[in-house]
Amino acid sequence: MAMNYNAKDEVDGGPPCAPGGTAKTRRPDNTAFKQQRLPAWQPILTAGTVLPIFFIIGLIFIPIGIGIFVTSNNIREIEIDYTGTEPSSPCNKCLSPDVTPCFCTINFTLEKSFEGNVFMYYGLSNFYQNHRRYVKSRDDSQLNGDSSALLNPSKECEPYRRNEDKPIAPCGAIANSMFNGIAWWTDKNVKFRNPPGGDNLEERFKGTTKPVNWLKPVYMLDSDPDNNGFINEDFIVWMRTAALPTFRKLYRLIERKSDLHPTLPAGRYSLNVTYNYPVHYFDGRKRMILSTISWMGGKNPFLGIAYIAVGSISFLLGVVLLVINHKYRNSSNTADITI
Amino acid sequence: MAVCAKKRPPEEERRARANDREYNEKFQYASNCIKTSKYNILTFLPVNLFEQFQEVANTYFLFLLILQLIPQISSLSWFTTIVPLVLVLTITAVKDATDDYFRHKSDNQVNNRQSQVLINGILQQEQWMNVCVGDIIKLENNQFVAADLLLLSSSEPHGLCYIETAELDGETNMKVRQAIPVTSELGDISKLAKFDGEVICEPPNNKLDKFSGTLYWKENKFPLSNQNMLLRGCVLRNTEWCFGLVIFAGPDTKLMQNSGRTKFKRTSIDRLMNTLVLWIFGFLVCMGVILAIGNAIWEHEVGMRFQVYLPWDEAVDSAFFSGFLSFWSYIIILNTVVPISLYVSVEVIRLGHSYFINWDKKMFCMKKRTPAEARTTTLNEELGQVEYIFSDKTGTLTQNIMVFNKCSINGHSYGDVFDVLGHKAELGERPEPVDFSFNPLADKKFLFWDPSLLEAVKIGDPHTHEFFRLLSLCHTVMSEEKNEGELYYKAQSPDEGALVTAARNFGFVFRSRTPKTITVHEMGTAITYQLLAILDFNNIRKRMSVIVRNPEGKIRLYCKGADTILLDRLHHSTQELLNTTMDHLNEYAGEGLRTLVLAYKDLDEEYYEEWAERRLQASLAQDSREDRLASIYEEESLWYFQLLGATAIEDKLQQGVPETIALLTLANIKIWVLTGDKQETAVNIGYSCKMLTDDMTEVFIVTGHTVLEVREELRKAREKMMDSSRSVGNGFTYQDKLSSSKLTSVLEAVAGEYALVINGHSLAHALEADMELEFLETACACKAVICCRVTPLQKAQVVELVKKYKKAVTLAIGDGANDVSMIKTAHIGVGISGQEGIQAVLASDYSFSQFKFLQRLLLVHGRWSYLRMCKFLCYFFYKNFAFTMVHFWFGFFCGFSAQTVYDQYFITLYNIVYTSLPVLAMGVFDQDVPEQRSMEYPKLYEPGQLNLLFNKREFFICIAQGIYTSVLMFFIPYGVFADATRDDGTQLADYQSFAVTVATSLVIVVSVQIGLDTGYWTAINHFFIWGSLAVYFAILFAMHSNGLFDMFPNQFRFVGNAQNTLAQPTVWLTIVLTTVVCIMPVVAFRFLRLNLKPDLSDTVRYTQLVRKKQKAQHRCMRRVGRTGSRRSGYAFSHQEGFGELIMSGKNMRLSSLALSSFTTRSSSSWIESLRRKKSDSASSPSGGADKPLKG
Repeated sequence: MAMNYNAKDEVDGGPPCAPGGTAKTRRPDNTAFKQQRLPAWQPILTAGTVLPIFFIIGLIFIPIGIGIFVTSNNIREIEIDYTGTEPSSPCNKCLSPDVTPCFCTINFTLEKSFEGNVFMYYGLSNFYQNHRRYVKSRDDSQLNGDSSALLNPSKECEPYRRNEDKPIAPCGAIANSMFNGIAWWTDKNVKFRNPPGGDNLEERFKGTTKPVNWLKPVYMLDSDPDNNGFINEDFIVWMRTAALPTFRKLYRLIERKSDLHPTLPAGRYSLNVTYNYPVHYFDGRKRMILSTISWMGGKNPFLGIAYIAVGSISFLLGVVLLVINHKYRNSSNTADITI
Repeated sequence: MAVCAKKRPPEEERRARANDREYNEKFQYASNCIKTSKYNILTFLPVNLFEQFQEVANTYFLFLLILQLIPQISSLSWFTTIVPLVLVLTITAVKDATDDYFRHKSDNQVNNRQSQVLINGILQQEQWMNVCVGDIIKLENNQFVAADLLLLSSSEPHGLCYIETAELDGETNMKVRQAIPVTSELGDISKLAKFDGEVICEPPNNKLDKFSGTLYWKENKFPLSNQNMLLRGCVLRNTEWCFGLVIFAGPDTKLMQNSGRTKFKRTSIDRLMNTLVLWIFGFLVCMGVILAIGNAIWEHEVGMRFQVYLPWDEAVDSAFFSGFLSFWSYIIILNTVVPISLYVSVEVIRLGHSYFINWDKKMFCMKKRTPAEARTTTLNEELGQVEYIFSDKTGTLTQNIMVFNKCSINGHSYGDVFDVLGHKAELGERPEPVDFSFNPLADKKFLFWDPSLLEAVKIGDPHTHEFFRLLSLCHTVMSEEKNEGELYYKAQSPDEGALVTAARNFGFVFRSRTPKTITVHEMGTAITYQLLAILDFNNIRKRMSVIVRNPEGKIRLYCKGADTILLDRLHHSTQELLNTTMDHLNEYAGEGLRTLVLAYKDLDEEYYEEWAERRLQASLAQDSREDRLASIYEEESLWYFQLLGATAIEDKLQQGVPETIALLTLANIKIWVLTGDKQETAVNIGYSCKMLTDDMTEVFIVTGHTVLEVREELRKAREKMMDSSRSVGNGFTYQDKLSSSKLTSVLEAVAGEYALVINGHSLAHALEADMELEFLETACACKAVICCRVTPLQKAQVVELVKKYKKAVTLAIGDGANDVSMIKTAHIGVGISGQEGIQAVLASDYSFSQFKFLQRLLLVHGRWSYLRMCKFLCYFFYKNFAFTMVHFWFGFFCGFSAQTVYDQYFITLYNIVYTSLPVLAMGVFDQDVPEQRSMEYPKLYEPGQLNLLFNKREFFICIAQGIYTSVLMFFIPYGVFADATRDDGTQLADYQSFAVTVATSLVIVVSVQIGLDTGYWTAINHFFIWGSLAVYFAILFAMHSNGLFDMFPNQFRFVGNAQNTLAQPTVWLTIVLTTVVCIMPVVAFRFLRLNLKPDLSDTVRYTQLVRKKQKAQHRCMRRVGRTGSRRSGYAFSHQEGFGELIMSGKNMRLSSLALSSFTTRSSSSWIESLRRKKSDSASSPSGGADKPLKG
């Protein structure tokens, strides 16, 4: 938008080659940077570099994949669905809201014994812990034991912010919907803290009320003071929202007692459920999972298969490219540059 | 600085009374203060922000920001948008502020210049800005004219003064301005102070060559024309002083009226980018709609029943409304497909390229000490796509220096350079030049290489003497001798200057002239010839003659002119000489030299007297004087001449012009020369710079004066081209393709090389609406096009025509103000700097001092810029699609709730920190082949012209790759995480771990991809790529650290996530898997393409790898002698009119005439005639207008 006329123009309009000191500085520096001659590595995708990469990827991926696959297959895992939507299910009776409290027992059989530590998970399906409004519906200051946030929770907690003119502790939809795990060390020691104050936890939560759906207030979650209030592990695990609508969360650990006996020998077991968390309204499923683990965690067939598949494809691609390269190499190497 | 004039209503006419400020103030004319700056300190912020928000992109981001402030919609925190937006606004504002500061400075400098103003009868120093309309100001030699002045009087006789108008119109020759006779007497201050004339004239306008007004003084009216005006921007030359009356000041001056706002140029990539961005917006809306529908369905099917655990927002009462809100939420999170950083990065890359152009040592002219300059920083990549170059001739292709190179005297050719062994020597291996020390008056700068010519002069060969005598007599050059022996020639055309200087050095020194005599020092003795007549040069006669009487009393006519004209008028006795001379002329023409034939004729006294009488009668005739004179002059042709010889002048080309043109032609760039010069001169230059060659099948010359003639000539040219292409026999039928649109395609396949030369007056017809397409088709089928005698406006029209129909990138290059319109019209304007006028440079986008730098600008800088910009854009769109589309896939698993996959900080920093620098480094530094190679293989330039590297197809490929990556980026972690637990048995698939895993794989994948795209890994690239990865992990761990969480628990919710997640082997296995799956197909595809269908640049790279040192191809452009059809090399850049001026004596200074050595000897008749003329100015041809009219 500049006007193409200014004072400099008239001044410079004089002699064409003004000699003098200023002219010397106008000469560009002869540096590699300014002359675009920086030393550089110029990689080219040649057969010599590309093909080995494909073969090496193939050769590395396939064994890893087999390893993962085998490890995953050796993991014992059993899943028991106790939603009770099938009429035959013992928990079917609990679907009616009238029966409170409702107890049901599900019998199951372990065909093979579970060695090592056995982890017990609860699993929920079609439960949208990753919904935007759900994810944000919490106050981390409050959960971190901040006194002012305890009594005045963040607006993000709406509509579970206040109840009967009292602030809810813990506030928000996540806490409110808590399903009855082992938490991360950082979560338990850094992220979640009970509010400061005296020894009595009840005292420290004074002036707050329990979440609407909860049966007991937060300071009565457990009898162990190190596992009560905001630092109750079941609570913490629930508060770590899941990424996907189908998820499992760790509930209890059945520690291996001795090397001689399996933790859970094969045989008949029964699962006693206190049914107080309806999910069938939104087609949710509730499961109980028993699983052993390996160095890479629980059962995970996807990763092993994916590795084997990708490794094989890579190897095959290597072969195909090798053939193509061999067939057409002559033409490309001897191709003269035509102007 | 002073506040400049405010807006006023448009003027009907202008009145200004000299020395009467009070009277003039009534009209509130603009003061002489100019203002080019836009802001002051107070207005800067609001005005600048207002301007910035006129940019669509900025407004769009502001709109997004507002959306984010609505809690129901906000899916991202406000800072993800505001941080980049504020960054962009600040950078732009700082740039604007600096620009404006410099404008303020330059305004101040101009406004504070001193000039001498006559106030209250005393000359006072005043600043320019305080000069008012109606003031009388005094100018001295070499000063800039401060405002548009009416010339009142000057130091020269007749109120003449000389000005240079290079700033205004680019013409470097001096122009004469003359005061009207009544005011030219007002030489001293006391008279001027009493001058109270009033000027009534036209209102301010931008017509540089028109002015009409009337001076009312002492009850009389005097008409005023442009001939009486000195315009701002001109420089006073050769005139000690002059006085002028200010008519237009400051913004009203013609110079300022002409400096319109420069049109903002955009590159084709810019336009493509804008289209693509619009498409992406469309795509964005589609995504938003799909997800919004998804949301509505989900809320209806699931969400409504899920309300036990997650009630709807209070404002939301239906699934439909929730879907509507979700649409806007998704627009916010998906907007990162076109991040604001795209525009900033593009600007940064272009700025980098501009600096590389400025810094280029190989585009620095040592002689003129001027580096190349990218004056516009936004057009660089278009330099890599140029298809048409429109070049000016004088000053651009040529140096406008004429060198007396060869001559043929009496059948003997001089001027060839022989080395010791007697072979014709090539340039650069010349022996010593001829020593002219015998002649004290020789011009030291004149060089000649053939000593035999000087020997011929020294032994007194009569033909040689007559030859040089002719050169020293037959011209219109003026001489100036400040000190004894220091001769300066003021030649009206450089050709003449060269010829007279040659004669001077060979001992025939033109010393001085009066209206009736010419004094020549012939081999040391002064001889005064009586000048009887000058038969001036014009385009029809193509020759000029003088009739002189030598001291012995013999009358002789000397003539120089075009071979085509003169050779027909030669005496028959010289047939053999004629043939030899013709051979020489052919040879000279073949070398691209401009030739003139010299001849003489003795006249007898009676015949001359009789002829002179008739001439006098004719010149006194009132009606059709011109025609009568012409017929009298034409009689000359009946006198058969004696041939003396021929001269060959080299119109010195700029260095490396033929080589550059050849190289650019090889790069498929078409070069059109548009020049104001004559047809012969232009064609001559066409040959000497190898645009036209004798190998060409035909050179069509269009010179028709009427529409029909031009149409016919163009039609014939096309028919010839098509005939030959049919005879070559491609076998296609073209009869049915005769419709104009298809004709182009037929003509473009024409076999054989053709060239088109078109004259200005024909061009005027050819550019009319109904013929322009025909002209364009014909011209585009030709390899070379030369338009001569074109006006600045026509230059622009030609460029506009090509732009309009060809959809090709055009580049205009020129040096003068007459090229400004063309430079502004073309996509890219290049100005030749280091010349006297700088108007062209000011209007240009790039400037450098040598035409040959154009090849480097286009083939190296342009090509790289284009390549880099294309690679940058491909990668940029890819990385943002890969980044953003993950949200889309995640939408299907989170109830379409516009939940982001990543941490909000990652979204904020992804484009400005994690992935910005590596791609910037690639965009700035990447090179596919080294610079020497792009010069060696001009075909490497082709992808740019064909727009191959970034077009809609390439864009879709990038997008597809981006979407493919996003799919894998989401679904591989999804597959792994679905049921996975950590190695300590706890849940792995929590949202935060998922976010970190996807983000980490994304950063790694796009880093590997940029590594693949980077072809030239400098240390900077290494630093940025590895650095970005390091910075990613550093920031990740910092953001997830305990310290930050303790301070802001609600802002840094991801506490402890990085160390807990990245410690899992499963997570790393997932990242490796994702990376390999994303990258493998790309590598395989590229490898295949390289193997099966390599580009030229790939091949060049590959060959270079194989043979590290390839022998550079030497290109030798030798001047090869031409054989074949005869072509006239005649060219002469002369204009009619100076002969008359000389004969009238008007342009001769009284003082210098009085000093000249021969005044004592020569008759006093010329003084008397001069006096007579002075007292009776009515007798001069222009005097008629000066007669006072009764007022």
